[in-house]
Amino acid sequence: MFSNFIFYFLSILALYSGMMVLLSKKPIHSVLYLTLTFFAIGGHYILLNAQFLAIVHIIVYAGAIMVLFLFTVMLLNLNKDERSPKPFWVKAAAIISGIMLGLILIGVFRGYDLHAGQHPVESQIGLVKELGRILYRDYMLPFEVTSILFLTAMVGAVLLGKKEQI
Amino acid sequence: MTLLVALIPLFPLLGFIILGLGFRSIPKRIVSVLGPGTVGISFLLSVITLLNTHNFTNPQFHHLFTWLSFGRFYVPFDFLIDPLSILMLLIITGVGFIIHVYSIGYMKHDEGFNRFFAYMNLFIFFMLILVMGANYVVMFIGWEGVGLCSYLLIGFWYRNQSFNNAAKKAFIMNRIGDLGFLLGIFLIFNTFQSFSYSTIFEMAKHMQAGNGTLVAITLLLFVGAVGKSAQIPLYTWLPDAMAGPTPVSALIHAATMVTAGVYMVARSGVLYVLAPATMEIMGITALATMLMAAAIAIFQNDIKKILAYSTISQLGYMFLALSVGAFTGAVFHLTTHAFFKALLFLAAGSVIHALDGEQDIRKMGGLKQALPKTYRTFLTGSLAIAGLPPLSGFFSKDGILSEVFSSGLIAWTIAIAVSMMTAFYMFRLLYMAFSGNFRGSEDQKKHIHESPAVMTIPLMILAFLSFFGGFINIPDIMGGSGILKNFLAPVFADAQNLSLLSHHHVPAGLEWSNMGVMVLLVLLMAWSAYKKFVREPIHEEPEAGRQAFFSKLLTNKFYIDELYDAFLVKPALRISDFLHKFIELRFIDRVVDGTGTVVVRFSNVIRYLQAGHVGAYMFFMIIGILLILFFNIIL
Amino acid sequence: MNILTSIPISHYLLLCSLLFCIGVTGVLIKRNALVILMSVELMINSINLLLAAFSAYSNDPAGQIFVFFIMVVAAAEVAIGLAIIVLIYKTTHSIDIDVLNKLKW
Repeated sequence: MFSNFIFYFLSILALYSGMMVLLSKKPIHSVLYLTLTFFAIGGHYILLNAQFLAIVHIIVYAGAIMVLFLFTVMLLNLNKDERSPKPFWVKAAAIISGIMLGLILIGVFRGYDLHAGQHPVESQIGLVKELGRILYRDYMLPFEVTSILFLTAMVGAVLLGKKEQI
Repeated sequence: MTLLVALIPLFPLLGFIILGLGFRSIPKRIVSVLGPGTVGISFLLSVITLLNTHNFTNPQFHHLFTWLSFGRFYVPFDFLIDPLSILMLLIITGVGFIIHVYSIGYMKHDEGFNRFFAYMNLFIFFMLILVMGANYVVMFIGWEGVGLCSYLLIGFWYRNQSFNNAAKKAFIMNRIGDLGFLLGIFLIFNTFQSFSYSTIFEMAKHMQAGNGTLVAITLLLFVGAVGKSAQIPLYTWLPDAMAGPTPVSALIHAATMVTAGVYMVARSGVLYVLAPATMEIMGITALATMLMAAAIAIFQNDIKKILAYSTISQLGYMFLALSVGAFTGAVFHLTTHAFFKALLFLAAGSVIHALDGEQDIRKMGGLKQALPKTYRTFLTGSLAIAGLPPLSGFFSKDGILSEVFSSGLIAWTIAIAVSMMTAFYMFRLLYMAFSGNFRGSEDQKKHIHESPAVMTIPLMILAFLSFFGGFINIPDIMGGSGILKNFLAPVFADAQNLSLLSHHHVPAGLEWSNMGVMVLLVLLMAWSAYKKFVREPIHEEPEAGRQAFFSKLLTNKFYIDELYDAFLVKPALRISDFLHKFIELRFIDRVVDGTGTVVVRFSNVIRYLQAGHVGAYMFFMIIGILLILFFNIIL
Repeated sequence: MNILTSIPISHYLLLCSLLFCIGVTGVLIKRNALVILMSVELMINSINLLLAAFSAYSNDPAGQIFVFFIMVVAAAEVAIGLAIIVLIYKTTHSIDIDVLNKLKW
């Protein structure tokens, strides 16, 4: 009962702050609203008993990615007002496309007979210990490869940030 | 046993692959061993197969692999081992081996030495496939393959354009025959739903004689034989095929490829005896061919062309035998013909080799003393082909003549006449080339030398076979055992039983007298040739205008080539020229170029879609995703 | 807190679909490159949530592992994306996508 309430609250919060990301005039507001969305989603993770994911989500997204965005906005002074001389029909088309996508997706999922959740089991897979065991046993190779991915990303970011003469 | 049988064609194929791939790098000494060696091994394997087969009444089928199989269309790659195929195997590999050894000497100074042996091995491979196949499709593979090798070998000295033309002519005429053969195979499948001999002949036994479909099938197959075995009207390629090296003429155009047609008809004996109409047509064609070719041969001056027309004539003999149902006789003559014709060609090659390329018999003469071994073997071959006892040719020709006599007098008379002409032109050739005084140039006279042992030993082996080869089938009348007849009896038993041809029994005295008549006539012709060409000096050729009409007609081969050229070749060229100008250039080229132009113009317009605006790109992407989702999932 | 029995999975599907659509609309409607990037992040997060939900409902850890790797990749992508945006701003002093249209025919 209580968890239902939490679920609906978090959902409404996520949807609202998502909408506000779009509707804000200033970019800095969008960034802050997005951070709020991430917190809501983090809460969802906890509800699903995916504890490890929740922590990682908060640390990575709300703690690192959003901070990066904030840095970029503030250091480059990008906080100019969001002018919208985009023609009205473009905006209308975009909104209609979005709505249509939503309808199609809902239509798709309505037709399916979802078997997930038929026999819910209070599982431990979300816990750090279990997830860690599975990650390091079955998915060892992707795990190591992502480290190479990070190396590449770091090299790329540093290279892009250098001043002239590469 | 299947492995043994499968190895027989495998060795020549390996020889071809090795020699074909390494033809620039393998030294001549190794090729001299490898080329003939593979055929020699095949010969040994064939002998072993013969010795290993104990029961000849039931043919053995060896399944190698399934080649094509969909629905009712089933073509297994099977080999059939029965007396007929064993006999052909021995002939092909045996005579082939001898000719290969001869070629080591003949082609020694040729730059294409390796290539020659590669092609010859390939030819042996395909010929083996042809005779060993257990169904018509495998036979057809070999049929086409030998046609290809014939083309490759006729045009062996490819720098000479006229040789290339001769090779093309051979291949195209073969192809015309192949069309008939292929249609015959289609009709066979349509009627019998199978390609394999055993099934077809079993089913055919229950069919009524004179059945229209059978007549059509046999007629179409005969068209194939006409093309391959150079009967009228598809024979003009064989004289031109003499452009190839002499061993090629010996192997392909005397001993093996041209006998493929005879083999095919003999194999399909059951079908043929049930179609008397085709047998009649076959007989008439054979008689006409025999007569015409022998007549032309009398007036030819090129040693190889005489032998070529002689081959056509002898093939006519074989088909004549087939047309009266004497299958064993035809196959016997095939065997002895392989021996003495190969011998004659190889000996002719020896003469040409000695005279450094001269092939005109008007420029030869008196070679008896200079080339004794060649002379002796050539004499043996001539006696054999003329049909003098006790050489092999006598027995085989006599076998045919006696069967023909019991079928009809006119055919027998024509056959006797052709025998006389055969004797005449062979002895003319013999005397003009070997007797009298040498009529060539002084240079050539100094250069004359007997061929090396690697060439004369094969000649002697073949001479031995020509001499004694007839003893494998001595007729009953002479108290003979008829070994070959009994050997082949199981193969032709069905055909003999179903044969509708009436065989009057010929009293023994009549047979003896027929034989005697033939021998006497042959001796008469030999003596008349002697008188004309040895006693009297050779006249110079009279000028063209003063040559008698008949001899002019014959010297120019009845102008058949010119006829074909005017009525068939030129119209075909004109049609293709027309098609090229009006359809190819104007229509097809425009379509192809037009497609290209349309693409270019279309892309010129479409490229403006890329306006550089990222938002637009994303918009199109979302629209695309929407559409995909919509059409795949919801619809 | 057993959410698995009381809330059917379709609710999660609905939530994530709506978040995704909001993200798509943001990508199409906004002109500021930074905000577009943020909308993309929103889309990615909706997918993460869906994967985690399915993983919990089906008791299959593969979903959560996948989310883990998606986060990894998203982090790398944001780093590079922001570096590129900074460079663009330094050279052209604008991050309005309507202005940046040099990559064309």
